[in-house]
Amino acid sequence: MAIRIFKNFFKRIFYNIFRNKREIKLGFYGPPNVGKTSLANRICKDFTGQEMGNVSKIPHETRNVQFKEKVEINYKGRTMTFKLIDTPGIATKIDYEDFLKYKLKKKEAKNRAKEATQGVIESIKWLDDMDIVVIILDATENPYNQVNITIVGNLVARKIPVLIVANKIDLKKSDIKKIEAAFPEYDVVGISAKYGKNLEEFYESVFKLSKKI
Amino acid sequence: MGKRGKRKSLGKIKGFSIQFLPYSEIRNLDSTGRIKKILNIVLGNVILILQGKLRPEEETRLIEDTMAMIGHLKNFKGIELAVISGNGNEGLFGKMKRGLANALSGGDLGAVTIIGPATVVKEIKRNPRKIELMLKSS
Repeated sequence: MAIRIFKNFFKRIFYNIFRNKREIKLGFYGPPNVGKTSLANRICKDFTGQEMGNVSKIPHETRNVQFKEKVEINYKGRTMTFKLIDTPGIATKIDYEDFLKYKLKKKEAKNRAKEATQGVIESIKWLDDMDIVVIILDATENPYNQVNITIVGNLVARKIPVLIVANKIDLKKSDIKKIEAAFPEYDVVGISAKYGKNLEEFYESVFKLSKKI
Repeated sequence: MGKRGKRKSLGKIKGFSIQFLPYSEIRNLDSTGRIKKILNIVLGNVILILQGKLRPEEETRLIEDTMAMIGHLKNFKGIELAVISGNGNEGLFGKMKRGLANALSGGDLGAVTIIGPATVVKEIKRNPRKIELMLKSS
């Protein structure tokens, strides 16, 4: 027992010394088409000059986990190094016919659906590897969606710190209060990844979240 | 129908089945057994109402297994899922009472889980006050 207490004590001291130098694995999770890649791109572009992935109006554009290592985020004189992990949107159903509405050919739509199902599985598998997670929700949509609740529940069970981002606040229909009411135990930051609105508050919250690891 | 008589059509619903599954039927199963039992029912085009709820890791496992089946089973496009449970505003005594009841029963019996095949259930709309099952018309 005493050995374990000592071990934990030294582990914590060691961790605190090197925390700022260590790469923190920051995952972007959420349902499809909420702007996970848009936000990841925005951060990457701001701090590395490069983007992470393609964005599209067609759901399930990101069908593989993609990451960017050693992204140094500077905020108010502080610097932290992150590994940004952008994940495919998690869904409980995928119908290739939904993609036909976006004028994809049947073969393309079927292929996209197949890759999207594999992407969902891959996203879930990566949950165990995250240090902190940003759950991105569409502020114009109903937040009481089981996928959102399932992701939060899994992160709580794994003791992974969570920040909720309400994206698309530039749209008239957006309602952050609804998201805050749905997840009262979490910090909710409203942003527009598309226009880079309110990112200062987002970085502040990410730095705060990183201290909880 | 008159000038104002443009009523919303309900469409033709062929009919659907609902099955209630008491928690006692899955209590002694491991996660694999639980998911298998649930998916077997849903694959029969049945809307399942499960007493209680799955553990978070079982919910993700259910999503993973569902995704693995899409494309391999004809006409299977996934599931619609919703869990209705207490909002946690019942106070300390209430929480303790619920915790004790859950510990004795082995699961959260105050919750209800609704799982339906996506080919039958178009959407489950929910907010803190109500839950609506939108069915697909044939």
